[in-house]
Amino acid sequence: MRAVVLLLLTFLSGAAAAEEVVAALSQNRVSITTGFDGSEIVIYGAVKREAPAATDSALDVIVAVTGPSEPVVVRKKERRFGIWINDGGVKVDAAPSVYAVASTRALREVISHTDDLRYKVGIDHAVRLIGDTHADRYPEDYRAAVIRLRKDQGLYFELPGTVEVTEETLFRTAIALPAQLVEGDYRARIFLLRDGQVLDVVEEGIAVRKVGLERWIYTMAKEQSALYGILSILVALAAGWLASAFFRLFFP
Amino acid sequence: MNIYLPIAEVSVDAFLLLGIGGGVGFLSGLFGVGGGFLMTPLLILIGIPPAVAVATEANQIVASSFSGVLSHWRRKTVDFKMGAVLLAGGLVGSAIGVQIFALLRVLGQVELLVSLCYVVFLGIVGGLMFVESLQALMRTRKGVQGRTKRRHGWVHGLPFKMRFRASNLYISAIPPFLVGLFVGVLAAIMGVGGGFIMVPAMIYLLGMATTVVVGTSLFQIMFVTGATTLMHAITNQTVDAVLAVLLLLGGVVGTQIGVRIGPRLRAEQLRILLAIIVLLVCAKLGFDLVIEPSELYSLGGDGH
Repeated sequence: MRAVVLLLLTFLSGAAAAEEVVAALSQNRVSITTGFDGSEIVIYGAVKREAPAATDSALDVIVAVTGPSEPVVVRKKERRFGIWINDGGVKVDAAPSVYAVASTRALREVISHTDDLRYKVGIDHAVRLIGDTHADRYPEDYRAAVIRLRKDQGLYFELPGTVEVTEETLFRTAIALPAQLVEGDYRARIFLLRDGQVLDVVEEGIAVRKVGLERWIYTMAKEQSALYGILSILVALAAGWLASAFFRLFFP
Repeated sequence: MNIYLPIAEVSVDAFLLLGIGGGVGFLSGLFGVGGGFLMTPLLILIGIPPAVAVATEANQIVASSFSGVLSHWRRKTVDFKMGAVLLAGGLVGSAIGVQIFALLRVLGQVELLVSLCYVVFLGIVGGLMFVESLQALMRTRKGVQGRTKRRHGWVHGLPFKMRFRASNLYISAIPPFLVGLFVGVLAAIMGVGGGFIMVPAMIYLLGMATTVVVGTSLFQIMFVTGATTLMHAITNQTVDAVLAVLLLLGGVVGTQIGVRIGPRLRAEQLRILLAIIVLLVCAKLGFDLVIEPSELYSLGGDGH
C-alpha cells in the first residue's frame, strides 16, 4: 500500500512537473465602436507550485494571441507578353486575422524547435496550407507571402522581451491589438516554459464584437440588404440636395 | 481622427476620407464625370477592400451627381430628353456588361481585363481630348473663330429623329442610345459611372452644346450609380454606410465648388485639364502593368 502511494506521488510529480500557470486577461471582451482605434490587452498571472522553484534554470513565459482563422487566396504576379498579371493563386487554408506573440526573451531562445512545432507557437506556424492542387507552383512561397504581407500590415508581430516575470512567480504583459481588427473569437494562449520545454499551457478567449452603430449597420447590411441599399441612396440624395440648397443660400 | 468602418472592417482617418471625397467631388462638378476612375484606385490605396471601394463609391457618386444636377437644373443646363435616351441605352448596356463580367469571372483574369480596359480607354479618350482641346486653344490664341462643324453625314439619315432643344440638336435617337449602351457596357465591366467616356462622346460624337454636357452627363450618371449601389448592396453586401457618408459629405461640398468654378473657365481649358487627369491615371495604371512590382504576391479575399 505504501509503495503504491509512493509510486503514485513520484509519477504525479514527474508528469505535472509541479509547476502550473494561472492567468487572467484585463478584458475578455473587445467592443468595436465607431471611434475604435485598437485595444490593449493586459495578460497577467502567476505560477502555482508545490515545491520551491528550481534555481538552475530560468522560467519563461510566452503569450500568443490569435485572431479567427480564415482561408485566403494568395496571387503571384508573373510577366506574360510584357505585362505583369496575376496567376490563378493558391488557397491558403487557414490564416489568422491577427497573430501576436509576446515572450520573456527572443522566441528562439525560449522554446525548443520540437515544442514550437507541437504547440504551433511561432508566427511561422500560424499560417497553414494543407493541400495544393497546383504541382507547378511552390506553395511554400505563397504561405510565406501571407506571413510577410500581414507582418507588413502590422497584423502579425512578435514582442520578444515584453513579458515581465517577477520573483519567478508573477508575470505580466500588454499586447496592443491593431485598429484593423476583424470581428470574431480571439484566443490567448499562455505557455510556461523551462529549458525550452513547455511545462503548462492555459487558454483564454477574447470576444471581439462590433457594438452600437457599427453593429446596427453591419446587421442591417447583411439581413435587410434591399432596405439598406435604398436607405444608402436616400441618404446620398438628401446630402446632395442639402449641399446644393446650402450653397445656393450662402454663395448664390 | 480614426473611424472604424463596419463593412470594410478597417480603421481609417476620417479627414482623409473627407478630403478624397471633396477632391473627387470637385472634379465631378467641374467636368461632369462621376470620378469613379479616380476614386477606386485612391480607396484601394488607403486599404479599403476593392469590393467595398467599388460599391461604396457608387453610392457617393449618387450624392455628388444629384447635387450637381440640381445646380445645373436651376441654370437650365440639363437636357433631360437627351439624358433619358442616354440612360435607356445605359441601362441596357449595363445589363449586358454585368453578364460579360460574370462570364469573364468564370474564365479568370477579370482583373487584367479591367486594367487593360482602363489603360486603353483612358488612353484613347485622354489622348484625343488632349489633342483636340490643344488645337482649339491654339486656334483661339491665333484669333481664329473656332467654328462648330455641322456634319451632315449618314448619321442624319437615320430614323427616329428627335429634337433635343437644350442640346441644340435635331438628330436620330439611335446614336445617343448606342453611346449610352456602349458606355453602360464599359461602366459595368470597369465598375465606374462612365462619365469620362460619356462626356467626350457627347461633345465629339453627338456634337452637343458644351454648356449642357456636364449637367446631362451628371443626370445620367446619377441613375446608373443609383442602380449600381442597389445591386451591390443586395448581391454583395459591400456598401459601407459610414465610408459612404464621409465620402459624400466631402463630395457634395466639392461638387458645389466645382459647379461654381466651372463656368468661369473656358471650355477648352476645362477639357485640357480633364484630358491631363485622365492621361495621368492612364499612365499610372499602364506603368503598374509593365514595371516589375516590388511585391509580387497579393492577398485576395477569402477564396469563396
